[in-house]
Amino acid sequence: MDIRRKRKMRYSLVFGILILAFGVIIVLNINTGNVQISIPDILKILFLRKGGEVEYNIIWRIRLPRLLMAAILGGALSLSGFLLQTFFANPIAGPFILGISSGAKMVVALTMIYFMERFSHVSSSALIIAAFIGSLISIGFILLMSRKVNHMATLLVAGTMIGYICSAITDFIVTFAEDTDIVNLHGWSQGSFSGMSWGNVKVAFLVVGITFLCTFLMAKPIGAFQMGEGYAQSMGINMKVFRVVLILLSSIFSACVTAFAGPISFVGIAVPFLIKKTLGSANPLVVIPGTFLGGSVFCMMCDLIARMAFAPTELNISTVTSIFGAPIVIFMMLGRKKGK
Amino acid sequence: MEKQYVQIDNLSVGYQGKALIHDICLGIRKGEIVTLIGPNGSGKSTILKTITRQLEKLGGNVTFAEKDLYKLPFKELAKKMAVVLTERVRPELMTCYDVVATGRYPYTGYMGILSGKDEQKVYESLETVHAEELAERPFDAISDGQRQRILLARAICQEPELIVLDEPTSFLDIKYKLELLSILRNMAKKKGITVIMSLHEIDLAQKISDKIICVRGDTIRWYGEPEKIFKEDIIRELYEMHNGYFDTSFGSIELPGTCGVPEVFVLSSCGNGIPVYRKLQKEQVPFAAGILYTNDIDYQLARYLAAEVVTEKPFCEISDQAIAKALKLMRGCKKIMNAGVVIGDCNRKMQRLIDEAERVNSKKSKV
Repeated sequence: MDIRRKRKMRYSLVFGILILAFGVIIVLNINTGNVQISIPDILKILFLRKGGEVEYNIIWRIRLPRLLMAAILGGALSLSGFLLQTFFANPIAGPFILGISSGAKMVVALTMIYFMERFSHVSSSALIIAAFIGSLISIGFILLMSRKVNHMATLLVAGTMIGYICSAITDFIVTFAEDTDIVNLHGWSQGSFSGMSWGNVKVAFLVVGITFLCTFLMAKPIGAFQMGEGYAQSMGINMKVFRVVLILLSSIFSACVTAFAGPISFVGIAVPFLIKKTLGSANPLVVIPGTFLGGSVFCMMCDLIARMAFAPTELNISTVTSIFGAPIVIFMMLGRKKGK
Repeated sequence: MEKQYVQIDNLSVGYQGKALIHDICLGIRKGEIVTLIGPNGSGKSTILKTITRQLEKLGGNVTFAEKDLYKLPFKELAKKMAVVLTERVRPELMTCYDVVATGRYPYTGYMGILSGKDEQKVYESLETVHAEELAERPFDAISDGQRQRILLARAICQEPELIVLDEPTSFLDIKYKLELLSILRNMAKKKGITVIMSLHEIDLAQKISDKIICVRGDTIRWYGEPEKIFKEDIIRELYEMHNGYFDTSFGSIELPGTCGVPEVFVLSSCGNGIPVYRKLQKEQVPFAAGILYTNDIDYQLARYLAAEVVTEKPFCEISDQAIAKALKLMRGCKKIMNAGVVIGDCNRKMQRLIDEAERVNSKKSKV
């Protein structure tokens, strides 16, 4: 009986810290930039909608949407990773490693160029759909291969290779595209949260919000699936349906991220790992919200660093996430070796 | 034909549409323990996986408690059938308690939160397998034997009517093997839970099962009570044993003895000879044994291991022919060993052989 109370304490503590970090990082994010705004002013602008016009615009037009986008997409990306790790029963699976982000990137780039040429405008929903299709193409390849090769390491290598092929095709397209069509593409194809509009935020919030709810409702079967396929089925899960749903959910998450912010590396692997370790549990009921929150905090922090480290020059978001994420992954693999 | 509790009719099983084993027909009563035996790769797991619906059946049908097994919704089936699989599970960050609690899955609500009653069931299941003290240990930090018990507790926690186990004793040492099987025995007899499993240890299969299924080739070779199945020739054919023996009374397996002209004669009775036979067998010395009553425990082993055995019918006085035969053999041997002979009213004549042995041995030691 005691262990459950201890667990509850630990969960509450971790969630408390995450929520606190969430708040702090939001304030920090709004507060830092080329234009310094004091905290009382920020609160006034946020809650009373009063303040100097420049400050008001900076907060409402630039920093706030960007911040929210980093929060929403960071959470989505982490959850996408968590779902893929569950699916492949491998902690190193993730949308970037398996080439799913790159697949999405390729189709998004194609769509962008096509739409810009014809209509000189691309709607965000078109981009999400394009990214979703791209994600499914990559996953389809991986699933086809997973039938032939049972070895997980081979599958990861295959995924990485798919990623390279898609990136190569994207680069090829970009090289031969009209400059006017790809102005947005350069920054985007490296991953960035800059230039987000409230329209983007609304769409992302809706898509990610609904997908998050669906994922959370899947917590019970996901938990059972952690015991392996055979046991999951014997507990009453229809495996065929479950697999499809899991893949779709994770693809929607990563597609949404790629459509708006481009491919972002390592978040999908590092965040679920850290959250599981700090919670001391893999129970999806706590890991799903924890991972989302953790991903939000992690991405907002990385975005802050990307903006500020060499201001006024902005770094790619992937540059920052890799610097923090890759060592975590290495650490993780070493830990696993030791465990065995 | 009357339908049994589990009725398997003309079932075909296999992978990717190719039938590996076909025309499986058998009926299992409630509370029976049924064990599949057969050589490696004979398809025991394939049959079990088809019964648990991990694999699609390729033909025929299985009815379970008068319902078509393959038409039951998975959720309903989960309340009736639990499994212990061979695949090794390494769930992350789960305690043994958590693993057992997954067995409550079919009974918990939409979010899978355990009620007080569920928690109680988890503890009861842990108690059944004598693993209460493991509850808070991480599942990936316990031994194979403990893990197997926890997985059995998980299955019990699911409150099934039927448990399917694929080689549950594989990683276990003798103590845990016996413990696991006696837990199964108790469950079957006290709670009326039906058990279908595969075992490698045919000696254990013989002792625990109500019925035995022998899987070999593309069909069920034999099916029935252990008394009918555990015959020397059936086991020999089932496992293609060309050398070695299977003792049907005790289910023990013997390596082949050494043939040839006996070099040693072993005098013994009442089990005194057994360790001597085994030693000679290991050193590959052909030996003769005698004079053994055919109901003497020494005879049960001597008939497999000795190159020659001189025997006598149970409870009869030893005949002169037997004595003559034994003396003749003794003369041909380089060595005569007296492993210990118990002399009674019927076998008084054994004294002659013992005296002869002493005479020969003392003569040899003088030389």
